[in-house]
This record gives sequence, C-alpha cells and structure tokens, in this order.
Amino acid sequence: MAARTISEQILSAKAGRGVSAGDVVVCAVDLVVGTDASGPMAIDCFERMGGTRLYDPDRVIFALDHYAPPTSAETQAFHDRVRSFTKRYGAECLRVGDGISHQVLVDRHRVAPGQLVVGADSHTVTCGALNLFAIGVGSSDLAAAMLTGQVWLRVPETIRVALTGNRSAGVSAKDVALAVLAEVGTDGADYRTIEWTGDGLASFPIDDRLVLSNLAVEMGAKAAIGPFDPVLAAWCGPTGVAVEADRNARYVREVTIDLASLRALASAPDDPGNVVALDEVAGVPVHMVFIGTCTGGRASDFREVLAVLTLAGGQLAPGVQLVLTPASADVERALNADGTYQRLAAMGGQWTTAGCGACCGTSGVIPAPGTTVLSTANRNFKARMGQPTAVIYLASPATCAASAAAGCIVARPENGTRV
Amino acid sequence: MNGRIEGRVRRVGDRVNSDYIIASRRKRETLDGQVLKAFLLEAVDPGFARSIQPGDILVAGRDFGCGSAMEVAATVLLAAGFTVVVAETFARAFYRNAVNNGLMPVAVPTAGCLEGDRIVIEHEAGHVTMLNARTGVRVSGSALPQPMAAILAAGGLVPYVRRHGRLPV
Repeated sequence: MAARTISEQILSAKAGRGVSAGDVVVCAVDLVVGTDASGPMAIDCFERMGGTRLYDPDRVIFALDHYAPPTSAETQAFHDRVRSFTKRYGAECLRVGDGISHQVLVDRHRVAPGQLVVGADSHTVTCGALNLFAIGVGSSDLAAAMLTGQVWLRVPETIRVALTGNRSAGVSAKDVALAVLAEVGTDGADYRTIEWTGDGLASFPIDDRLVLSNLAVEMGAKAAIGPFDPVLAAWCGPTGVAVEADRNARYVREVTIDLASLRALASAPDDPGNVVALDEVAGVPVHMVFIGTCTGGRASDFREVLAVLTLAGGQLAPGVQLVLTPASADVERALNADGTYQRLAAMGGQWTTAGCGACCGTSGVIPAPGTTVLSTANRNFKARMGQPTAVIYLASPATCAASAAAGCIVARPENGTRV
Repeated sequence: MNGRIEGRVRRVGDRVNSDYIIASRRKRETLDGQVLKAFLLEAVDPGFARSIQPGDILVAGRDFGCGSAMEVAATVLLAAGFTVVVAETFARAFYRNAVNNGLMPVAVPTAGCLEGDRIVIEHEAGHVTMLNARTGVRVSGSALPQPMAAILAAGGLVPYVRRHGRLPV
C-alpha cells in the first residue's frame, strides 16, 4: 500500500478508496460552513440547483460574522435570507455576535481530527490545525455540498514545514507564520497542503496552531494540517482519533524553520507577502491599531495585548485609536471573566461586536483617509479595510500593543518601548 | 473543448487578489453583478470599469484571484463582459469559482502581453495556445482538466448539478 500524507489519508477515508496526490475524487463532507458574506449567493445557487432539502441539516451551519452588526438595509436583508433559509431547512444559524465561523467551530468543538470541512470563507483552513482537512470554497461549491454532502477535490501534494527549537521572548505564532510565508512565498503552496511538524510545535498551544494554519492560505494553501500530539489530544479529550502521515509519505517540499533564530516580523503594505524585519519599519507612525480577526482575535491575543500595554505604561500614545474585536462570543466571555475586557477598555480600547470586524471593511471601524493601520489580521491589500487611502501593516498582537503605546511601529515589542 | 477566441488584451499584474477584483465593501451593498461591475478592479485602476469594450480579454500575471474565496470576483467579471481570463497562474479558490460560473480560466505564460495587444486563444484536445498578433509569439498551456472541463461545458456548477443531480467525477 502506498505511503500517504495526512491529506491523502483523510481524503482516502472520505472517498472510500485509496487515493494519492493528483487523483480527482469525490469526498463525503463532515461539515458545511457558510457565512453571511458567501451564504446569500450559496442559497441562490442551492435553489437554482433544484435543492429542496439539505443532505444533513445537522452538518450545515451558517455564521453571521462579516456584517456584525448589520449596519444597512442590504446587510440586514442578507441576514434575513440566511436565517429564513436555515430555519426552513433545519440547519443551525449562529447569531450576530457569536463570532467568526471557523473560530466558533473550534470553540464549540464542532470540528475534530480526521474530518473534511468545507467552508465558504478562505480562512476555513484555520481549522486544519486540529489535524483535519478544512478548505475554503466559493458559494457554488458550498451549495453543491449542502445539497449532495459531497465535494470534488484534486488530492493535493504536500509541503512539510518543520518548526524546530524554541522561540525567543517577543516572537509570537504570527511572527512564525510570517517567517514561513516569507520562505514558502505567497503562491508557494498553491493547490497544496501544508503539514506542520517538528519538535518546536510542542510549545505551541492550540491558539498558536490556529494562527499558523490561518496564514497558510496567504501562501495559497488548500489545507494546512497540524499534528495529533499530546497538546491536541488534551484538547480533544478521549474521543480524539489521530491521523498521522505514513513514514515514507511523499512531500513535494520540506521546509525547516529554526525558531530560535526568529525575530518579530511585519507585513508591509500592500501584500501579506511583503514580510520585513521590524527594524525595517520601526518608527512608522500608526493611527489605528486593530486587534482582532481569525488570525489575532483570540483570548490569548488580548491577554498579551494587555500585558504589553501595561508594561509600556498602560496608556495609548496620543492620537492612536485602539480597536478591539473578539473573534467570538466565547473569547469575549473569557476576557470579561478575567477582567481583560474591562482593563483594555479603561485604557481607551474600543470594543466592537465579535466577528470579522474591521478586517475587510464590512463591519466595525473604517480607517480614516490617509492613515496608517497596524493590525493583527491576515491581509493588508489596498482598500482591504474599506479605505483606499489608508495603508495597512500586519504584525503580532504584542507588536501591535507596543506600537499602540509608542505611537509608531516598534522594533522590540518585548520591551514595550520605542526602540 | 475546442474553440477559438480573439480579443484585445486588458493587462493587469501579479497578485491581483479578489478584493481588488471587487472590494468586500462593495459586495456588502449588493450581489448584483450589473451594479457591482462599475467597481471592477477599482483598486488597480479606478477608470478600468468604464473602459471595457466587448471582446476584451483580461490578462494577468501570477496568482490571479488570490485572497478571499468570494465568488462575486468571478460573477462580476462575467457581468462586465469577460468570458475568458488569462493568467500566468491562478489562486485555487478563484479558479474553482470561475469554472463554477462558466468563466474560462486560461493558464499560460503572459509576460509578453501588453495592454491593447490582439491575442487569439485556441483550445484543442489536451492543450490551449495563445498567439500574440503583435509579437507573433505563441505560448501554450494545459487544457482544463476534468472534471472542470465538464463543469465549464455545462455552463457552471449550478447547471451541471441541476442537469445531472450529482457532482461530476
């Protein structure tokens, strides 16, 4: 029997036969995930396909995350369309404020190792951190999956990325992911899976692994799969069943990242692939600092922001707007419970409704014309946040927090100071 | 799939992401391509939408359609009158979305193509060629693989599933 990568193993199981990279297969889908952004078109496609029932209402879920809250008649109508569809066909529709689709799936343990998850949101790949195959698709594919319970896929080749050693203080999962992005390139993983491996992963809690898989889509990856190890086993509890690559599985590329040699990084405008050392952009004045999204909006991120801001004196630099958007309601509850929410608010942070927030200019705060944004998000394309004349830098939560206190991008976020 | 398409090159560069094709904030107001087409590629060139003529062929560099998986990136191109998009390489979600809507993606080397060039794209069994009438250079690439060719021939995934009641393959 052929030695298989994790992707080949999961897709073999879902196709009901042994498959290898390059094969085109039809697979059974475990979970179909729509959003208020992709959902209305998917519902239209579903009806035009002749759909009159979902293949399994318990395996279809919609999130209202991109327009949270809906601030126009049009976005209200999108939400009404999704709510009435899910009610009619018996699927679950999350509420406004419940959070970003893929984060809610993780919070509620709706995803598990070995699954095939299809979501009409490119960052669905985030869930792959939990040892499963999660892909982002458009509305037509989502509709077909809702109707048939299947998706056709070309089985991808795999790039194995090994993280070795230990990170220094001030180097976050975001920095590691940006280092991988710089190495692999923005299209280096097109049509391919990334498998995360290496002894360095042991020190990455689940939140950090989600960041790695999340940013893999900025490398073009179809899926980005984490290992089943003691950290994930503890998260899964007794029901978790590991999917492991065979010893002789074939990889198209092997990348090794020495964690000890990494320093904090940033993406300069207007592409996530413009990865630079912080030294190269230190001193750039920032006007809006955004902490949130499926990359940098988890409880651990906000706790780090609070710690760094506190170390830096507990105050925002004059003129800096700090916008805070929890990735989900569970994140928000955790921050309320331990006081992080209140303390960041007291420092002048502006909390907005859990969800995608300002990331793609569809809800939350729109940057002012001509300003510079520093963000924990994943994309910094021109006009991405709804303001064509603003420029966006991407960095870790710690870098964002230290820079919010300094009023400019800092070179050494671990010190919480300007240089 | 056999066929011949001739037209004028509308040139864009590398990494034209789906947010550049159509901004998320525009999609927030409507999904109607006839409305959204006025904002097509506005981040690249605010005058682009007004300058499109029948028969124009969009020719891009690497990684066309990267970023968000939003399907309006494909439907707006169709609404604006494009039936073919040529690129050096395509991002996977856009590639699927294009085929799923009957928009033909052609992956061939595009470095020698300039704005305004006349090109001829020909499909034959197994491969596709693009001839640049200005330079005389002909480049080739692989034809659309199955099941994408079957989906495109049906006019997209919706008509395919409606007709066959199942996915291809």
